[in-house]
Amino acid sequence: MSDIPAQFSEPPRRSSVSKFKWIAIIGIPLAAILFQVYVPRFFTYLAYLEMPLLVTVYFSLMRRSPPAGVLFGMCIGLAQDSLSSHPLGMFGIVKTLVGYFAASVSQRFEANSAVLRLVLAFFFFFFHQFFYWVLARALLGEAISFEPIQTLVLAVLNAAVAVPLFHILDKLRVTE
Amino acid sequence: MDLILNRYRNLTTLVAAILVQLVLLAYQVKSNQEVRLIRVWSVSAVTPLARMLESGRSSTVNFFKDYFVLLDVREQNKRLQADLNRIQLENQYLRSELDTSERGRALSVFQEQSRMKTVAARIIGNSPGSNGRVVLIDRGTGSGIQPGMAVITPDGIVGKIVSSYPTASNLLLITDPSFAAGVISQKNRVHGTLKGTGNSRLLVDYVQNEQTVEVGEWFYTAGDDRIFPKGLPAGTVTASGPGRTVKEIFLSPSGLQHGLEDVLVILEGDHKPIPELPVPNQSVHLQPLPPAEGDPADGLSATRSRGAQTDLDREVERARRIGEDQKHVFGERGRGAPDFNKIPDNRVPDPGARPQAPQPSPPSANQPRP
Repeated sequence: MSDIPAQFSEPPRRSSVSKFKWIAIIGIPLAAILFQVYVPRFFTYLAYLEMPLLVTVYFSLMRRSPPAGVLFGMCIGLAQDSLSSHPLGMFGIVKTLVGYFAASVSQRFEANSAVLRLVLAFFFFFFHQFFYWVLARALLGEAISFEPIQTLVLAVLNAAVAVPLFHILDKLRVTE
Repeated sequence: MDLILNRYRNLTTLVAAILVQLVLLAYQVKSNQEVRLIRVWSVSAVTPLARMLESGRSSTVNFFKDYFVLLDVREQNKRLQADLNRIQLENQYLRSELDTSERGRALSVFQEQSRMKTVAARIIGNSPGSNGRVVLIDRGTGSGIQPGMAVITPDGIVGKIVSSYPTASNLLLITDPSFAAGVISQKNRVHGTLKGTGNSRLLVDYVQNEQTVEVGEWFYTAGDDRIFPKGLPAGTVTASGPGRTVKEIFLSPSGLQHGLEDVLVILEGDHKPIPELPVPNQSVHLQPLPPAEGDPADGLSATRSRGAQTDLDREVERARRIGEDQKHVFGERGRGAPDFNKIPDNRVPDPGARPQAPQPSPPSANQPRP
């Protein structure tokens, strides 16, 4: 074991935890939900942009704490649920899982990498849509459709938006 | 125990959060009740911001349109559009009144009927998620709106209120797959259930294959669902065909054709009869007048005077000429019949030839048939 180089025997060095002002923590998710509620009225094609999900992924990645990711995901998901006609908890459960997994990944990898952000946004969008479909069928018995090809294309679009969005949100971090 | 919880702190938090939401979900599904408090908080938080955004957007857009592009034309257009909407509603009402009066029930129904009491609302947002067809309107319980109320435009039905809050309400559009309403066709009076399909078309379900529904036929609300008053337009049939068990009928919704911005929520409904179809302006074939009584030449002379109009007339005329050529008197006892194979030489133009369009050279139709 002693022959193994240090960079392989130990997990990657964790970057410092990013901090945000309270106004940003409350305002950004609210703006994301408002975006999804309001903007698609005028630009229909933007309805497929899951801004609340991207914000959940971003905060979970930057806080690097699974409990914080769970809390972010749950709050944003429940807020999204409460504006929809579905029972409360559908988006909540899915985004809770997304927040947890995103925060867990950030403990192992460098969260500031643009490539990692792209891959994670792509993966979590697909996971979000698929798991929501599973929950809707299993818990509510709703016969909603799931089209993998379309979802993959939308995941690519969301990932493409996520990278510049995360870069902009980085500017709101509080420097220590 | 504490050691385990501390060691698996992250996982414990996740499981606890999921469990809480599962219990919340199960409670709502089982009791068919919603957790109103959380929804009220969210809607109250989002509605003012959405209103601000909407007013900011409309103010900016209006400013540029009013002062730089069209001056006061936009204002005039809005006024005219409002007038048109009002007149359409009045027209619809008056048509139903007229229809009722034609049935001889005008007085009694007029005394009972009253116009619908409605409240105007503006759409300020869409529902999150791409699957649902739910929009947010800027009127809530403060304006008297309750869940289950019908929402219309002057062109037809739009949807129904599924939840209402102090300042806003959720409107389920007729295109949502969970929407349903009772409808009846205008021409054949076929009853069915209108359902959303998730796209721009609507499905009319539970219509038997034996019943007749034509493309282009109008469907109106039947009033039996206790949500929509009877007689509101739902849409026109775009496709109709037999299905495996019931007929497959698709409608184009009339209420959504001109986009959705302002809608009317019906506070007090007013049932109206389904409008009758207008009498089609089709041509009717009329037979020629019969010969006057006592006319000795009876039908034959009448045919001569008017000219042959049918194949039978032409055959009668041909037989008459053959008879004249062979000096035969029809109806005389013991004379038999003339030889119909002998064609008269002096062929005269057939008075009974079919009327033709004016042509420079007359065709062979002017010759008697061999």
